[in-house]
Amino acid sequence: MSYRIKGNTGDWEVVIGLEVHAQVISNSKLFSGAATAFGAEPNYQVSLVDAAMPGMLPVLNKEVVAQGVRTGLGLRAKINMKSVFERKNYFYADLPQGYQISQFLEPIVGEGVLTLDLDGGETRDVGIERMHLEQDAGKSIHDQHPTQSYIDLNRSGVALMEIVSRPDLRSPEEAGAYLRKLRSILRYLGTCDGNMDEGSMRADVNVSVRKPGEELGTRTETKNVNSIRFVQQSIEFEAKRQIKVIEDGGKIVQETRLFDPSTGTTRSMRSKEEAHDYRYFPDPDLLPLVLDPAWVEEIKKTIPELPDEKKARFIKDFGLSAYDAGILVTDRDRAAFYEAVAEGRDAKLAANWVMGDYFGALNKSGLSLENSPVSAKQLGGLIGLISDDTISGRIAKEVFEAMWESGKDADVIVEEKGLKQITDTSAIEAAIDEIIANNPGQVEGYKGGNERLIGWFVGQTMKATGGKANPGMVNELLKKKLAE
Amino acid sequence: MSNLTHLTIADALSGMDKGEFTARELTEAHVKAVEDTRALNAYIVETPEIALAQADASDKRRASGTAGVMEGIPIAMKDLFCTEGTQTTAASHILEGFVPTYESTVSGNLWNAGAVMLGKSNLDQFAMGSANITSYFGNVINPWQREGSDAQLTPGGSSGGSAATVAARAAMAATGTDTGGSIRQPAAFSGIVGLKPTYGRCSRWGVIAFASSLDQAGPMTRSVRDAAIMLEAMAGYDAKDSTSVNLPVPRYQDALTGDIRGLKVGIPKEYRIDGTPIEIEKAWEQGIEWLRAAGAEPVEISLPHTKYALPTYYIIAPAECSSNLARYDGVRYGQRVEGKSLDDMYENTRAAGFGDEVKRRILIGTYVLSAGYYDAYYNKARQVRTLIANDFKKAYESVDVILTPTAPSPAFGIGEKMDDPIAMYLNDVFTVPASLAGLPGISIPSGLSSEGTPLGLQLLGRAFDEETLLRVAGVMEQAAGFSALPQLIAGGK
Repeated sequence: MSYRIKGNTGDWEVVIGLEVHAQVISNSKLFSGAATAFGAEPNYQVSLVDAAMPGMLPVLNKEVVAQGVRTGLGLRAKINMKSVFERKNYFYADLPQGYQISQFLEPIVGEGVLTLDLDGGETRDVGIERMHLEQDAGKSIHDQHPTQSYIDLNRSGVALMEIVSRPDLRSPEEAGAYLRKLRSILRYLGTCDGNMDEGSMRADVNVSVRKPGEELGTRTETKNVNSIRFVQQSIEFEAKRQIKVIEDGGKIVQETRLFDPSTGTTRSMRSKEEAHDYRYFPDPDLLPLVLDPAWVEEIKKTIPELPDEKKARFIKDFGLSAYDAGILVTDRDRAAFYEAVAEGRDAKLAANWVMGDYFGALNKSGLSLENSPVSAKQLGGLIGLISDDTISGRIAKEVFEAMWESGKDADVIVEEKGLKQITDTSAIEAAIDEIIANNPGQVEGYKGGNERLIGWFVGQTMKATGGKANPGMVNELLKKKLAE
Repeated sequence: MSNLTHLTIADALSGMDKGEFTARELTEAHVKAVEDTRALNAYIVETPEIALAQADASDKRRASGTAGVMEGIPIAMKDLFCTEGTQTTAASHILEGFVPTYESTVSGNLWNAGAVMLGKSNLDQFAMGSANITSYFGNVINPWQREGSDAQLTPGGSSGGSAATVAARAAMAATGTDTGGSIRQPAAFSGIVGLKPTYGRCSRWGVIAFASSLDQAGPMTRSVRDAAIMLEAMAGYDAKDSTSVNLPVPRYQDALTGDIRGLKVGIPKEYRIDGTPIEIEKAWEQGIEWLRAAGAEPVEISLPHTKYALPTYYIIAPAECSSNLARYDGVRYGQRVEGKSLDDMYENTRAAGFGDEVKRRILIGTYVLSAGYYDAYYNKARQVRTLIANDFKKAYESVDVILTPTAPSPAFGIGEKMDDPIAMYLNDVFTVPASLAGLPGISIPSGLSSEGTPLGLQLLGRAFDEETLLRVAGVMEQAAGFSALPQLIAGGK
C-alpha cells in the first residue's frame, strides 16, 4: 500500500532522494598520510597538507580509490575508468584550503541499483545516480569560549564517499530501508563502518511533495542528518510542512534546511539565491584518475557475497522464507554465524533458534557475537540434539539457558541434568497405563467423542515423565491405547 | 679574493676541487657582495649565518670526498620556496613572519647537492608581476642602467631579486619559478641565463603556488653550463607532487657538445609582432644567423594560435590563483586582522594582506570561474590551451628547437607601465605560449640594446628534452660571447 499524507485538498505523495556521505575505511586520509581513527585528541591527526600549509600538495590515496571501486561494484554500478577531482571553492574556518577536493562532472562511480527489503519480505529497486570521492572538512566548535570558535582538523581531508540516490523513495519507511540496506552493503564490503553516531554516515535529505501522478514538486534539502530515525522524522516534518505551504496558497522555495533533533523540525538555512557559487574546476594539482581495468578486475575478485545474493542463496539452499533470509543477511557476521550453526543441521530450525533465542539473548545481555558465551558450534550441537530427538524443543530452551550461563556444551548439560528424552516405549507406556487407569472419567469423555482431551492426556504424560518423553511418541501411544 | 664573485659555478667547483679556495672563502666573498649590493633590494631576508655554516659543512664534505654537484656554491633562494626555519613570504604581507617547519623539495635537493643559501630573494608578490614592483618588501632594482642615465630600471619579474643578485655578481646562481615567463623575462632583462624546465621536471612541493598547472622551478645562472649543473641538482621525481614526472635526471652538462649541425631550428612567424622594437627583431635575426653558422638549419614554422596565448594565460593563471590563495585566510598562519565576524575577519585580513596586483588576479580568477561565465572564459581558455599545445606538437614534428626573442623590449624604467596592467601583461607575450604547453624554455643574453641594456633570446624545446635545448643554448652563448657587466655590481665595475 502506498504511503500517502492526507491534506485538505486530498492525498499527497512524498518524493525522496538521499545523498549519503559515508566515511571511507582507510588508514590514512584521501590526500595525505595522516591517520583517520575516531576519537583522537583534537588536531592530533593533521598533516601539513590537511592544514593547507603554503606549498603543500595532495597525493591521492590508492587504498581509498580501491574502496570507492569496491563500493561501486557493491552497488552494481558502472565504474568510470576515468574520473576527475575538482575543487569546490568556499570559505569556512574549518576548511583550510578554502576549497574541498571533490568530484563533480566526472565521478568515479556512475549509475547503480540498491534493492530495498520491505515488510513481509517484499523488495523494491532504487536507482543510484552516482558516487564520488571527496574530502571531509574539519570541525568547528562554538561552545567552548564566549567569543571564539575552536577548530579541530582531525577530520579535515578524511575520505568520504557521497552516494546519491535517484528520487525513487516514497516514504520515511523506504528511506529507512534504503539507509539500512546501504549501511549493510558498505559494512559487508568493509568500505564504511556505518556508525552514524560517530558521524561516519550522514545524509542530506531531498524532499518534495506532489499529488500522485503529477510532475515533481520543488524540493528542499535538509543537510547532515545523522540517524535513520532523524532522517525519517525530517521527511515526515518536511513533507507535512510543504503540503501546508502549498495548500495555504504558498510556494515551496528551493533551499537548504537544517534538522533540529530536539524538536524534530527543520528550518531554513539558506535559499537558492543565497546559495554558494562553488566555482568548481579541475584541481590542477591532481591528474585525472585513470583506472587500470586489470586492477578493477582484481578488486572485483575480492568482493564478498553481498546481502542480496546471500539472501537468495539462503532461500534456495536452506529453504528459508524471504523474510527470515532478509533478517539473517543484514549483518555479515550474523549471517556467517547462522551458516555455521546451520552447517549439517536442520536449516529452518537453526534459523528460528538464531533469530529467536540466540539474538534475543545477545540483545538482552548486551553482548556481541565475539564475546558471546555460546559459540555457533555449541548452538549447532543443541540443534542437533533436538533433531535426533535426544531432547524436545521445550527442554532445549532450558538447556540453552544453562549453556548461556555456563558456557558448557548442550550434551554435557543434558547429561548432567538428566534431561535426555525418553524414547523407551515401555517407560512411556507404563506412564500412560497408569494415567488411563487413574482417570476413567477423562477416558470416558475421550471415547465419547471429545477428542480434544488428547491434549490433557499428553500434558499428564509429559508431567509424569518430567517433560523428557518424546512428544511424538506420547501422542502416538496415547492414541493407540485410548483406542483400545 | 674579490674576483671569486665573478666566477661561474663550473669554474668555482673546479677551483675548490683544486684547493685554490674553500667554500668558506667563496661564501664569505658572496656574503659581502650581498651586503654591497643591498641597494638593489634583491633579498627579503639575508641568511649569512646559515650560508657560512653550510659552507663549513660543505668544505668538510669536499674533504671527505662526498661532494655534491653544487658543492659549496652560494645561491639565492627565491622567497617562494619554503625553507625550514627561515621566513618565507612570497613577498606578501599576509605571510610576513611565516616560518615553515618544512623544506621544499627543490631547495632540499639543492642543499643536498651542497649548495649554500645566501638569502631569500625578492620577487613579485606571489610571483604575480613582470617588473618586481608588486613585492610588499619594495621593488628590486636592476643592476643594469641605460647608458648615460642613472634612472632605475626593473629587473623584470617575478624572479626579479634572483635575476638582479645573479647579474650583480652577489650570488653565483639563484632559483626562479616561471609561470608565464618569470624566469626567462627577468633573465633577459638582467643579462643572465634563465631556464624554465618542462612542467613536471622539478617538484612543486613546498613552492608557494601561484598557478599550479603552470608553475615550474628552474635555475638562473650566468652561463648555460651553470644552468645545466644546477638543473641536475634541482630536478627529479617527487612522490609528493602528483604532477612531477618519473624520468631519470640526466647529467645535463654532457649535452653541451657544441655540435648542433643538422638540427632544425623553428622560427615562428606569429612571433613577428607589430610594434616590436627593431633592435629586438635584429637580435632575433642575429640569433638565427649564429645558429645557421654553427650548422643548424633555420626553418620558418607556424604556431597559429599564438595570438590567443596571452588572453588564455590571463584566464587560466588567475583562475587557479583565486583558488590557490584562498588558504591565506588568517585562520591558521600569517597575518590576521580581527573582525566582528568570521567573514569580517577574512575581508580585513585579505584586504590588508594582499597587494593590488594579487587582488586584481583573485578578482579576475573568481569571475572567470563563476557560474554563467565559466564556459565562456575558463572552459574556453582550457580548450585554446590544448590548441596551443597542439601547435607546438605539430611544430616539433619538423624542428628540434624554436628560437624567439624572450621579451618584446629591454628592461624598462621603474614606474613605467605601472598604470596599465595590460601593457605590463604584454611582457609575457613570447614566454607564455610555451608555459601553457608545459614546454621547456631558456633565455640567453644575446647582446646589448641601443641603450646599453641586455637583450635576451629564447630557445624552446620538446617536452623533457632540456638536453637539446641546452646544447643549442650553449652554441648560441658561445657565438654571442656576452661579457658586458652591469653598472651596479658587487665590488664595483
